[in-house]
This record gives sequence, C-alpha cells and structure tokens, in this order.
Amino acid sequence: MGIPLPSRLALVTALVGGVLGGLLTGLPARADVLPDNRADVFYSKYSGGGMAISTYEASAHVNATENIGLDYSYLVDKVSGASVDVLSNASVIKDERKQNSINVTWIHDKTTYTLGYSNSKERDYISNTPHFSLSQDMFGDLTTITLGFSRSRDEVGENDGTAQNPNVVWLGHAESRTYDIGLSQILTRNLIAGVTFDVITDDGYLLNPYRSIRYYSNSPLGYSLLNQSPQTFPDTRTSTAVEGRLKYYLPYRASVTGVYRYYRDTWGIIGNTFEIDYTHPVRNMWIFEGRARYYKQGSANFYADIFPYFDSQNFEARDQTLAASENLTIGAKATYAWLPDGWKLVKRSTMTVDISQVRFKYLDFRDIKDYNDTPAGGDYAAGAEPLYRFNAMIYQLYLSAFF
Amino acid sequence: MNRPLCTAGLALGMLLLSACSSVQPWVKPYERDRLADPIMSWDRDALSSAFLDHVYESREGSRGGTGAAGGGCGCN
Repeated sequence: MGIPLPSRLALVTALVGGVLGGLLTGLPARADVLPDNRADVFYSKYSGGGMAISTYEASAHVNATENIGLDYSYLVDKVSGASVDVLSNASVIKDERKQNSINVTWIHDKTTYTLGYSNSKERDYISNTPHFSLSQDMFGDLTTITLGFSRSRDEVGENDGTAQNPNVVWLGHAESRTYDIGLSQILTRNLIAGVTFDVITDDGYLLNPYRSIRYYSNSPLGYSLLNQSPQTFPDTRTSTAVEGRLKYYLPYRASVTGVYRYYRDTWGIIGNTFEIDYTHPVRNMWIFEGRARYYKQGSANFYADIFPYFDSQNFEARDQTLAASENLTIGAKATYAWLPDGWKLVKRSTMTVDISQVRFKYLDFRDIKDYNDTPAGGDYAAGAEPLYRFNAMIYQLYLSAFF
Repeated sequence: MNRPLCTAGLALGMLLLSACSSVQPWVKPYERDRLADPIMSWDRDALSSAFLDHVYESREGSRGGTGAAGGGCGCN
C-alpha cells in the first residue's frame, strides 16, 4: 500500500529540508551573483483552431544592490475568436488579459531567495498568485536544489452578454497550490542533468463555463448541445508531474537537450511529453535553435464526446483539453547579437525570432462545428463525426538589452 | 502523523551531510568553461519559455513540472 500524498509531500520536504538545513550551516560560503540588468520587449502571435491571440510584454530586471534584484513585467493578451467547442456553442469571443508580475530576489552566500506576486485580469477571470522559491548551490557548485511554493486564488466568471456589451456573472472561486522541488546537477564537463517534481492541488470552481456537454437526443441532429447542458466537474484536483532533462555540449560548439515529462492527476489524465532541442551558434553573432516536442495524453475519467443522455453520470465534461489527444511541435529560433560590443549604457543587445507550428490531433473529440448546417447530422450520425484536428502557428519576436 | 516523517527526514539529512564532507567536486571550476557557455543555459529566454508553457497549459490537460508559474485562464 502506497504512502498517502500529504505524507509523501511531508517526507520529500523533510528530506530536502534536512539536507538543506545541514548544508546551510555546514559548507564554506562562496557567494552567487545576480544576473546583469536587462530589459526585454516581447511580441507573439498565436493563430489556430479558430483563435488568434496577440501577446505584448515588457519586462525589466534591475539589481538594486549586489545581492538584491528586482523584476517587473507587464503583459497584454488580445484574444479574438474561440476554440471549436466554444464556437459550437455559438459564442464569439473577443477579450483582453492583462498581467502584472513582480519578483524580488535576494542572494545570500550560496542561497537565492525569490519572492513574487502576479496578478492576471480579464473581463471574466481574475487570478492572484504569490510565490516563493529558495535555491541552494552545493557540492562545489555541482548541484543546485530549488524548492518552490505558490498559491493562486482565482475568480471565475462568465460573460452572458456580447463582446461589445459584456454582462459578466461571477460564478465562483478556485484556489491552487503548487509545491515544487528541482535539482540541477553537473555530471561531466560536457553534461548537465535536471529533474523537477511538482504537485498541484486545486479546489473550487474548476470548470470552463463556456463549454457544454452533448448527449444523444431526439433532436433533428441526433444530439443536443446547448447552454442548458453545462459541464459538471469535481471540486478538487491534484496533479503530479516529473520532468527530467539532459543537456550535452557536443564535440564542436553546439548543444543538444533531451526532455521527458510524466504527468498524472486525480481526474485520470496521464500525459507524456518528449522534447529534443539543438542549439548551434555561428561565430559570436548568431545562435540558431531547432526543436521538436511530442505530447500525448489520455482523457479524463468523466470526459465523453457524447453522453448517452443528460445527467447520465455525476461528473460530465466535453472540454477538449480533457480529451485524449496528441500534438507535435516543430520550431526554429534565431538570435542575433545586433550590438555585441554595446552602445553607451548598453553592454550588449540581442534580437530573437522564433517560429513554431503545432499540430493538434484529438483521439476522442469530434468536429461538430458545422452542426447548424448539417441537419440530422449531415453526412454523419451523431457521435460518428470526424475526429477534430487543427494546426496552430506561433510567432515570437523579442529584443533584449543588457546593462 | 507527519512529525515522525519530518524527524526521520532531518536525521537522514544530517546523515547525508556527514557523508558529503568527503565529496569532492569531480568537475573542477576550471573545467566548466563549456558549461558556462550561454548555449548550455537551461533557460536562455525566460519570457519565451513562460509564454510557450502557457500556450501548452491552456490546450493540454497536463500542467506543471516545468517550473513555470500560471496566471489567467486564456482558455476560451
């Protein structure tokens, strides 16, 4: 019989705490240093699956003293369109999300403490997240252990009006706590390894109010999918994720990274992620990077594309993120050092372009977006429509200046 | 219930610590030039990594494990 989750958490925390506690007092100190002052401006565009999202972000890192650093970032997401399960529900979305984040970092000898706060606000969703992390170098700086905790409190609403004339009804709260432990280890002069383990617990209003279930009925379509068939989710969720990564310096000046993540939660979702990156600098002016990422998940226990009838079970979901699915990302990035020798206050500056394509493929979520135009299911019987798939493009452009 | 576990953890931690006093860094500081190269950084572009994590977390059932913080739904 396995150890219950809270006890496992306590054990892991106690083990790491014990090691850290001893090391904090037991090793000679050699101070770490803060990164350079820097400023970034970032733009990205996501388009696919009926949605277009533009993101604008500005961020700055300033070292107030030799061992205290401050970070601030401001982000705006502009969303238009809606994913297919929302579109099927005849809602068209136009929204904006604004996020402010601030971090204070304090370095004391070999220990780095970070305290932060983030606020994200959109018309129908508000999230506040304080977080804390502690990072400790040890064993001659071959090993770094990081402990982190964050707690977010979200307010979840639904816009019953239109994009132009919103009428937001607040539906409830959701709380989330994240506990994470990370280890970074130098293995050889060419190889480093990293492991991250985290547990996230959620409590409260966890469903997406814009999505509905569908069920067989006597309608001309053979099924019903309307606002009167909302989803029903459990009020709690606990997830565990473990990620391992290796980074290797090749015999010539380039590096390759391999990443694997295993995920499972109490809703029955099991996910596996594989990623490989290749980074290749050219002289001291360019860094090129290529990556491939593959992800596959099983569906949640209470997910179905179509239910036998309304209220056929306690919990019912037709949220496409809970469906069995897989996706493949192919991406390329180029970074150009456009002021390698600096200019006035600027020590150096870089410009980066990143383009990715993600191919999403669902294994038990069907494409019914034309349901209004296909009476009696059109060419397909209810529940036999084609499986949904779409491609998304992600463009990123950012400038970084170091002072 | 968790107190014995914490005590055991602290005891094991001290034990590990006593063993660590004999651990010598097997990669010397002067052998870490390649590891200090920016191409060996875990997260060269934190803004970009956080953005991509948010993209995936909004469209997949999985979350966490990457050290990224959340924020907002972005899930319409």
